[in-house]
Amino acid sequence: MQVTLFITCFNDTLFPNVGIATTQVLERLGHTVDFPEAQTCCGQMHYNSGYQRDTIPLVRHFVEVFSAAEVIVAPSASCVGMVRELYPAAAALSGDKGLVQAVEQLIPRVYELSEFLVKRTGTVDVGAYYPHRVTYHPTCHSLRVLHVGDAPLQLLRAVKGIDLVELPNDRECCGFGGTFSIKNADTSLAMLSDKIRGVLDTRAEVLCSADTSCLLHIGGGLHRQRAGVTTKHLAEILVSTESEAM
Amino acid sequence: MATKALPMFPQAARVALANSQLRRNLGNATTTIRNKRASVVGELPDWEALRSSGSAIKARVMRHLDDYLLQLETSVQAAGGQVHWARDAAEANRIITQIVQASGADRVVKVKSLTTDEIHMNDALASVGIRAIETDLAELIIQLAGETSSHILVPAIHKNRSEIRDLFRRTIARGQDLTDEPKQLAAAARRYLREQFLSARVAVSGANFAIAETGTVCVVESEGNGRMCLTLPRTLITVIGIEKILPTFQDFSVFLQLLPRSSTGERMNPYTSLWTGVTPGDGPQTFHLVLLDNGRTNVLTDEVGRQTLHCIRCSACLNICPVYSRTGGHAYGSVYPGPIGAILTPQLLGVKQAKSLPFASSLCGACYEVCPVKINIPEVLLHLRGEVTQVASPLSVEAVAMRQLGRIFASPTRYEQAQRLARRGQRLFMHKGVIDHLPGMLAGWTAGRDLAPVPRQSFREWWRERQKGEKT
Repeated sequence: MQVTLFITCFNDTLFPNVGIATTQVLERLGHTVDFPEAQTCCGQMHYNSGYQRDTIPLVRHFVEVFSAAEVIVAPSASCVGMVRELYPAAAALSGDKGLVQAVEQLIPRVYELSEFLVKRTGTVDVGAYYPHRVTYHPTCHSLRVLHVGDAPLQLLRAVKGIDLVELPNDRECCGFGGTFSIKNADTSLAMLSDKIRGVLDTRAEVLCSADTSCLLHIGGGLHRQRAGVTTKHLAEILVSTESEAM
Repeated sequence: MATKALPMFPQAARVALANSQLRRNLGNATTTIRNKRASVVGELPDWEALRSSGSAIKARVMRHLDDYLLQLETSVQAAGGQVHWARDAAEANRIITQIVQASGADRVVKVKSLTTDEIHMNDALASVGIRAIETDLAELIIQLAGETSSHILVPAIHKNRSEIRDLFRRTIARGQDLTDEPKQLAAAARRYLREQFLSARVAVSGANFAIAETGTVCVVESEGNGRMCLTLPRTLITVIGIEKILPTFQDFSVFLQLLPRSSTGERMNPYTSLWTGVTPGDGPQTFHLVLLDNGRTNVLTDEVGRQTLHCIRCSACLNICPVYSRTGGHAYGSVYPGPIGAILTPQLLGVKQAKSLPFASSLCGACYEVCPVKINIPEVLLHLRGEVTQVASPLSVEAVAMRQLGRIFASPTRYEQAQRLARRGQRLFMHKGVIDHLPGMLAGWTAGRDLAPVPRQSFREWWRERQKGEKT
């Protein structure tokens, strides 16, 4: 399939390896990947922080960049959630019927990575090998906005050599929440400390998730505590093979 | 409405978060209720259909609220009750005070009621020498401690039994030999409350529902203390927010399934009291229904915010909320804490008065998932955040930064320039390969988290390099 990457500004800038891994996994499975370089940010930060009007130009830009794509895949549940859940409202805010319509037409073609693999293409085993003890944090937006269900776990279970352990109280928010992590830093950190306790209780070496935003937050806490647990995006585990470990 | 601005949530939360006893009490209590709820909700195969019905009934009530209110007034009057309309808290308190004074009583017994807390009725009565005695066990505890409620259903959730024992020994059980056994604590409260029930002439209650068709009012409770108040005194005053109306008894049946399972995690609550006007020779002989607006019609005019009025005060959103279950209710500075409070309070008081509340959420969506009437709390939070930024100064650091970022993201060229600038600029804050100290607004991040530096190569740079490699 012809897949157009929506890399997200967050991954592009801070987690390029996640984008590289996503590209390589998709290509290994026989898809053709393209990356429109004009893409920037979906506008989630603006929208969620109360600057809804400022997202309108970004919605317009997104639509222009991706309107011709057959299938759009992003390694981020949160940014796909923004497009799917909030773009209709943002477009409506513009009063531009053309934009509302364009958004409507675009949304069914936008997928989060695990959704695309499991739900759209029916792929569970991507041929990965990852001999580590891993626990998985399902992010709020993957669970409660996209409803990806256990798609990421299905993918992880099929990875050879993996020792996948369940994270206690996994459905609870890690405390990131975008600007919440800064505006309400104390509350965010209180939530993080409980999430980290769960992670440490699993004795996993690696914490995996479908959103690098949550991983930046949890990973930042783990690093500050010198906890000895690394964070990996789902794509980074899926790209690992016996011949080429990531 | 002219009210004082509430304290800011982040600062209030910091104080609460540092209280280890509170964290433990709250963590235990919310986990228990959460699990009970999940288990009884899981028993119903038609739970989602019930939620949809509840939501649809409430939406209908809001669409025709004017008609239903008049219908309710007529039905209550026909059943021998008196109806009063109160525009705001002051008017409601004036009406209640006059009724109590006319009865000659100097104290009233109270059924647990958020609405009377919202209008600060106890204070209003106290100012004219009338004592309001809380009879719900947890409300009594809070009243004796001189505190405010921290949870809409279990107001004393922040207290454990040894704290309650100490409190009782200082107040209603002086000189009594009391352990922290729940049975003993309940017995001490019962001895005190029975005296109050038997001697009170006036009771004040809120209500969970009022049925327009029949004029029937309903209180759902667990202890039976509410029923004592509703049946023993001669005069009963019920204060109810205008949004609590249900059109018919049939609609009521939906909510009687939704409410107990969502709130206490029970299939059915122990006491459901229903009364229609007055019955000669049985129960209160005078019944007053006070219909309270207090900002609700303003909420009704907002197409997005309106759904907030669907709330049946079950508190499932509080118990599931990762923020509430750590900070507790006091941090919200209002009678209505938790996710529902974060959207209701700013709408009732005006966003300027409660501008930090819409931001007191990580937008995790757990509240929406459990809400029995499907209030899309994250949607309303975002809507209110938009209103807050509109009344805030456009020259604040945040507003200026957001506008700049908006400009940057709108242009791929500026975006790439910013990426390169971030890579260079971060050197100022780097310490042994990580960023562990950021200035200004961003300091909150590094307060407890390190930040990995921006890598040397962005994804798009890698992509470009690869494209070039393929061509040559």
